[in-house]
Amino acid sequence: MSSRIVNWFKFSSPATFYPLAGRLIPWFTAAAVILLGVGLYMSFFVAPTDYKQGEGYRIIFVHVGTAWMSMFIYVVMAAWAGLGLVFNTRVSAMMATALAPTGAMFTFVALWTGALWGKPMWGTWWVWDARLTSELILLFLYLGFIALQSAIDDPRRADRAGAILALVGVVNIPIIYYSVQWWNTLHQGASVTVSGQSSMEIVMLWTMLIMTLGFWAYAIAVVLARVRCIILERERDTTWVSELEGGAR
Amino acid sequence: MSVAEFFHMGGYGFYVWGSFGVTLLLMIIEPILLKGRRRAIQKRIARMARVSVGER
Repeated sequence: MSSRIVNWFKFSSPATFYPLAGRLIPWFTAAAVILLGVGLYMSFFVAPTDYKQGEGYRIIFVHVGTAWMSMFIYVVMAAWAGLGLVFNTRVSAMMATALAPTGAMFTFVALWTGALWGKPMWGTWWVWDARLTSELILLFLYLGFIALQSAIDDPRRADRAGAILALVGVVNIPIIYYSVQWWNTLHQGASVTVSGQSSMEIVMLWTMLIMTLGFWAYAIAVVLARVRCIILERERDTTWVSELEGGAR
Repeated sequence: MSVAEFFHMGGYGFYVWGSFGVTLLLMIIEPILLKGRRRAIQKRIARMARVSVGER
C-alpha cells in the first residue's frame, strides 16, 4: 500500500476536519482580500469605458461573478448533500448546510446588481423573463433549504430532508444557464462561453475572472468558518470538543 | 479624471455604487455575523465545561 494514498474518509470525521478547516481559512481569506483588491482596482481604473453603456457597464464585474457563484455554490451544496445522503458522512451534510447562506447571499447580490443594471439599460428594475425568474427561484430554493433544515429538530433528519430538496432543485441550474438560449429573453446571452469565443474585450474579461476568483476565495473562507461553527454546535457534547476548549480560539 | 467625476460614473453613479456598495456591505456583514456565532458557541462550551467540572 502506498502511503501517498489519502484516506479521504478520514476528513469526513468532524474531529479531523475541524482543525484542517481552521488551517485553511487564513489562506483563503488572504487570497480573497488580494484578488478582490486587484479586481476592484481593475474594475474602476484599468477597464476602459464601454462604448455603448458608458460607465454603467462596470456593474458587470460584480454581477457576472456573483451570478456564477450563485449557481456553482448550489451545485456544490447539492453534491455535498448527496454525498451525505449516500455515505451518511456527517461533515458532508454540515458542508451543505454551511454553503446555503453564502449561496443565498450571492444569489441576492446577483439579483440586486441585475436590477440596478436593468434600470438604466432596459428601463426597468425587473421583468418576469426566463433568466430573472429562474434566478429568483434559485433564491427561494436556498431559503427553502435553510427554512426546512431549521424547522426539523433532529439534525440527522434535517440533513436528509434538506438533501432531497437540494437534489431536486438541481434541475433549476441548467434552466438558469440555458434560459437565454431556450427562451426569448430580455437578458443578454452569455458573455463568456465554454467554447472560448467571448464577446468581451480582454481587459474586461480578465477583470471579471479576477473578481470571480476573489468571490471564490471569499466563499471558501466563509463556508469553512461556518462549518466550524456548525461542527462545534453539533458536537458540543463530545470529548474532543471539550478537550479543544481553551485552545479553541 | 477628478474625484467628483469618478463618483459621478458618467451619470450611472447611483447604479454602479449601489451595486458595488451593497455587495461589499454584505461581504463584510457575513463574516462579522459568523464571528458572533463562533463566540456564542465557544462561550456555551466553556460554560458546559465549568458545569461538568463542578459536578465532579
